[in-house]
Amino acid sequence: MQTAPRDKAARTLDIEDVTVRYGAALAVDGVSLSIEPGEVVALLGPSGCGKTTLLRVVAGFVRQASGRVRVDGAPIDHLPANQRNIGIVFQNYALFPHMTVAENVAYGLRARGARGPEIAAKVNRFLETVQLGGFRDRLPRQLSGGQQQRVALARALAVEPSILLLDEPFAALDRNLRLDMQIEVKRLQRTLGLTTILVTHDQDEAMSVADRIAVMNRGKVEQFDSPVAIYDSPRTLFVNGFIGSSNLLAGKVAAIDGGMATVALDAGAVLRLPAPSGLPESGGVLLSVRPEQLILSAIPGPELWRVEPGLSLPLGGQLVHEARTADGTTIKIAEPRLAAPKGLPRVYCGLSPDARPSLFPRST
Amino acid sequence: MKEGGKLSLFREWQLAVPLALAFAALFLAPLLLLVGVSFYNDEKITQPGFASWLKFYGDPFNYKVIGDTLLLGAKTVCTTVLIGYPLALVYLDLSARLQKVLLFVIVMPLLLSVVVRTFAWIVVLGREGVVNSVLMGLGVISEPLKLLQTELGLVISLTQIEMPLMLLPLISVMSRLDPNLRDASAALGASRWRTLFTVIVPLSMPGLIAGCLLVFASSTTAFISQTVIGGVRLIYLPLVIWQQSLVVYHWPLAAVASLSLVVSVLSVVAALSWAGRRSGGYVNG
Repeated sequence: MQTAPRDKAARTLDIEDVTVRYGAALAVDGVSLSIEPGEVVALLGPSGCGKTTLLRVVAGFVRQASGRVRVDGAPIDHLPANQRNIGIVFQNYALFPHMTVAENVAYGLRARGARGPEIAAKVNRFLETVQLGGFRDRLPRQLSGGQQQRVALARALAVEPSILLLDEPFAALDRNLRLDMQIEVKRLQRTLGLTTILVTHDQDEAMSVADRIAVMNRGKVEQFDSPVAIYDSPRTLFVNGFIGSSNLLAGKVAAIDGGMATVALDAGAVLRLPAPSGLPESGGVLLSVRPEQLILSAIPGPELWRVEPGLSLPLGGQLVHEARTADGTTIKIAEPRLAAPKGLPRVYCGLSPDARPSLFPRST
Repeated sequence: MKEGGKLSLFREWQLAVPLALAFAALFLAPLLLLVGVSFYNDEKITQPGFASWLKFYGDPFNYKVIGDTLLLGAKTVCTTVLIGYPLALVYLDLSARLQKVLLFVIVMPLLLSVVVRTFAWIVVLGREGVVNSVLMGLGVISEPLKLLQTELGLVISLTQIEMPLMLLPLISVMSRLDPNLRDASAALGASRWRTLFTVIVPLSMPGLIAGCLLVFASSTTAFISQTVIGGVRLIYLPLVIWQQSLVVYHWPLAAVASLSLVVSVLSVVAALSWAGRRSGGYVNG
């Protein structure tokens, strides 16, 4: 997945054991992340998980109670926000409403004491980069949401920051425009080779834009991995539930040998599955499996369990079946719409051959 | 459909009729009466003519009074801005609870009568007052400062008395500013001062101008404070009006002085609000 070009300008960003307290509450609880040069990392999580606070620590708007932030190995914690050279794009863009597009883009250059001709050249260059050359004399309120976002991006990039921070930058855009802007941001980020942190609560956005995703919950990073790894092998139940949709089936571990666990599902099947390290040798487990990794069959088998079929809904290219297991759990099974055979009622459910189910200890 | 629209529009107009009538009867009519009275020559209001106007504007002393009155307003505006603007910035940075406390402190003077506030300032500024006894107790001065019946003392007390009129519009505009703008400015490398003067001040201009407008109009016409703190030696237009109407009983001259006050204050107010509209256009997008 590491496809971003290595640019000599790109910096590493290291967040080391950062903790932020708001009163007695821990907003960020001992988070460590090492971000490679030119990499896009998404901080993904529900609202209140501490992702925005962590971003504001990096930007210098919030002071951490403990921990360090390093850019290219050098700590930046002692620097105020205006000396960190970190670009940020806010969810509401925060364009200066009394300045034209060109003045907005020039703002950071002026603040750094750049000279007139240099400012003009860079403003032109970055407005061309975001394809807004013809809008330089407009005020922000005369622009559409997507255009405003591109101005915000040009403004952040014009000062040639060492790190780019994006705080839910696509949330205010409608769906079609959002995809266009995601592609555009990714393209710009690649061209400039900028190390980037993207804060989002939208898993699709994190999956499509980021090289790695840090899934956050209650101030902690639950998993920091590539999008594929996060989707296919979620390490915690929280990540499993937050990313994609999945079925949870209750069962018991019968035995573990040679890294394989024998699990008896309450729904009525015995499966042999790869056991994650730390799984207790006996006791309750939850089996998590994605809807598209389940199959329906008309013929019974030892690794299949009987279900009572419910509704079937066509969703785009997929047909999603709802079914109830013997122990009363509702599960979803997705299969390509055209592959659904007609004929005998298919009332047995099992894992598809390429399924990557996850096992989590069940605390009861 | 179209008729219905017209009808409802007509009915909405009717809602404003009582207010319009009250306005006409209680404000417009007396004002016209005042204009009428000013065009009489004698105090018995029997001979129409321009003598009162010529007399008022023939006396150089009255120009000085008009100038002093406008200057008093300008000075009060300056001190309320210099103290009020930083206070509004402090207000923005406070927690919601402390904001409520500060807002109460700001509004409290409005709950007290101007007369009470003015007499309180006599206690503070007098020869044996709080300021003088503290400064003399500390040995900073040996003779008591003369603050009462000076313009300095008057500006000090008007600053406190008019402060809510500056702070309330300022705070209401500033607390609507997007807090991200300050962060965005800092992230772009701007110092706090640069952020203040290039982002916060321009964007809070409508509130600042509204505050200046209210303070100016209120302090130039603050008859009670002007006479109680300033005494009879500091003469401003409201005092002239009072003398002409209730001491000398020359109502035409009092009318001329009143109209002069109205016109001079309104022209400054109009200039300020014109400036306000120009700067306000950016914010209310």
